[in-house]
Formats: sequence, structure tokens, C-alpha cells
Amino acid sequence: MEHMGVEPGRLSFSWISSAESTKFVDVVKEVTATVKALGPNINFKKTAKVA
Amino acid sequence: MLGYIDNIREISKRLLDEGRVDMIIGFRKGTIPLMNEPCFVKNSGELSTLVWDSNCGINLANYLTDRKEKIGIVAKGCDSRNIVTHIIENKIKREKLVIIGIPCKGMVDKRKIAGMFENGIEDITEEDNIIRVKSRGVETSLNKSDLLQENCALCVHRNPVIYDELAAPLIEEQKSVDRYADVLRIEAMTAQEKWEYFKDLISPCIRCYACRNACPLCYCPTCFVDESRPQWCGKSQDEIDTRTFHFLRAYHCAGRCTDCGACERACPVGIKVRQFTSKLNKDCLDMFGWEAGLSPDQRPPLDTYKPADPGDFIK
Ligand code: SF4
Ligand code: SF4
Ligand code: SF4
Repeated sequence: MEHMGVEPGRLSFSWISSAESTKFVDVVKEVTATVKALGPNINFKKTAKVA
Repeated sequence: MLGYIDNIREISKRLLDEGRVDMIIGFRKGTIPLMNEPCFVKNSGELSTLVWDSNCGINLANYLTDRKEKIGIVAKGCDSRNIVTHIIENKIKREKLVIIGIPCKGMVDKRKIAGMFENGIEDITEEDNIIRVKSRGVETSLNKSDLLQENCALCVHRNPVIYDELAAPLIEEQKSVDRYADVLRIEAMTAQEKWEYFKDLISPCIRCYACRNACPLCYCPTCFVDESRPQWCGKSQDEIDTRTFHFLRAYHCAGRCTDCGACERACPVGIKVRQFTSKLNKDCLDMFGWEAGLSPDQRPPLDTYKPADPGDFIK
């Protein structure tokens, strides 16, 4: 996706087991922080009103 | 490559006469120059319609999907790799096929040639490496190596990877081709430049889906773009809808694309849709040492796990 112009950090992948609650919280925090730092996604925004 | 046709006809005749196949899938002359079309020959009397030259760029594996007959199929290097992919994905049974392998010397870029003759092309003939184009009664000789489709110029699997018959002796593969120069050029851009690059690339797209239809990998009964409940992807020509289509089409081909160029060839507005798949092909090669369709005994990287698989992108 980055190759096609989506900014690094906009998209994240993680593998978290249902038992790894602390990891889940850490990842969510980290992802939210990175995305906030990137700001609103102005690229992937549709201008047409109907599908 | 012209000499191939006698052998193709001879092999096909034998296969049909001996009842080893119900039909032969090959090429016949198209209604306009540069556009040979697929044809299905069911009795040996019709074999004279079969042709072979440098205008057979369509991928014939596309016509095998879910067929039940016994089929003889003419296969270039790339077609044979898509046949392998079809076998791996259970879209056709190996036993149903007699593969007539074509050591391929590349297909010519119809857009490039058509663009050189603004008065139109009446006829095109070829001899070894010379292409003769007739336009308004004037004949021009061109060098075939200057006119190859981009993917053919970069092809390193011209010989068929599986075959039962061969239309000609195997040829030497191209070495030292820089297959991913385009990918590297894009990789060097910033995120915004990449975004703009692909925006410009797909701006003429009319969402006709010819690229999808020409690709042997795209055999889903209902493609995600046609589905309306749920509607995965908007149907408008809004840039984002179009981009979503291209993203997903490329991803659905990840680890499966053979770079046969059929998609690019089919596009009526000349979009270089391989720019999307090439990156995935390069990544597959770099990360998993994988090139699609080389052997029916190897499982593709996306359905196997190896401890050494790269996983750094996963937190
Ligand atoms: S991609 Fe390779 S095998 Fe396929 S038509 Fe081009 S040169 Fe031939
Ligand atoms: S995506 Fe294009 S190049 Fe790749 S297999 Fe499909 S038609 Fe061929
Ligand atoms: S063939 Fe060309 S115009 Fe048609 S959907 Fe594909 S990229 Fe768009």
C-alpha cells in the first residue's frame, strides 16, 4: 500500500492473541498516536456524493 | 516464430484425430491487424484457421477455467505459468490438458506500433526479427526487438514450464534484464509523489474491467467490484473508487501474477496496470523467493507458513 502512495504509518498490522490484553492496549495506543501525528487522511477522500 | 504454426497444426491434428482432446485452444487471425484472437478448434478440418505470430499476446489460460472437456492448449511461457497456477488453485485438472508448449520470442506492443502509423495499418507481416507494416500501401520494415511489449522485453521465462508437446526446440532465456527498474523508480519517491504518480496513471480509467477480464487469475464468480450487497467498492469514476478497484485487483493477484501482460494489453485507454502488480511480484521474489506458476508441486507463499517468513511489518 505504501508503494501506491498510502503514507507509512497509516496502515498497521498486528497479531494479538485474546490473552494479550496489554499488547493490545500498547498497539492501539501506538497506532492512534502515529495516525494522529499524520493528521487527517486527505488523500483517501471521496468527492462524489453517490456511489 | 512463424515456423511454429506448421508444428502447432500438426500436433493439434494428431491430438484431435487420436481423440486425445476434444478441442484445441489456440489463436486465429483477428479481424483487424495486431489483434489475433483466441479460438477453439473442435475438428481437424478447421485447423487451418490456427495462426502463430507476434500478435498472440492474449493469455489463453484464461479460457480454461472450470472447463470439463479434454483440452489441447497452445501455451507460451507465461500461459504455461498461469496454467500451473490454475492447476494449483483447482481451476483445471492436469489430466484434462495436453499442453502444446511454445518457446516464446515475445509479443509486440500493439499500441506502440499503432501509434507509429497515423494513417492506420492495413496489414502486418513478420519474418524472424523483422516486422513489416503496411499503411496506405506503403510498407515499412521495423525491428521486432524495439517493439516488444514491456513485459516481454523483461521476460525471463519464455520457455513453457510444463508441456506435453513442443512446437519448437526450447530457446535461451533472456539474462541480465533489469526487471524491476520501474518499481525501483517508484520506490524512490515520497509518499505524496507516489500518490500523485498513481493518480495520474489511472486518471484515464473508464472502469471497463477489461484488465480484469483478460487476466486468468480473475475468475471469481462475482468480482468484488460487481457485488452490490455489500458494496465493497463504489461504482463511480471518482478517483478514490477507481483507485480502490486498482488496489484490490492488484492485491488479488499477489503471489499469483505471472507478468503475462494480458491486462495491460487489454486496456482500451492504455493504462500501464502492471505498475501495480510488478511491485507485488518483486516483493514476492525478494521476501519469499517466489515467482508464480513455476511448478505445480510448490505451494504459493500466501498459503504456506515458513518459520523464516519475514514478519517485521507485524507488531
Ligand atoms: S511474457 Fe514472456 S512468455 Fe509471455 S508472451 Fe511475453 S515473452 Fe512470451
Ligand atoms: S495481473 Fe496482468 S500480468 Fe498478472 S497474470 Fe493477470 S493479466 Fe497477467
Ligand atoms: S482495462 Fe483500463 S480502463 Fe478498463 S478498468 Fe482496467 S485500467 Fe481501467
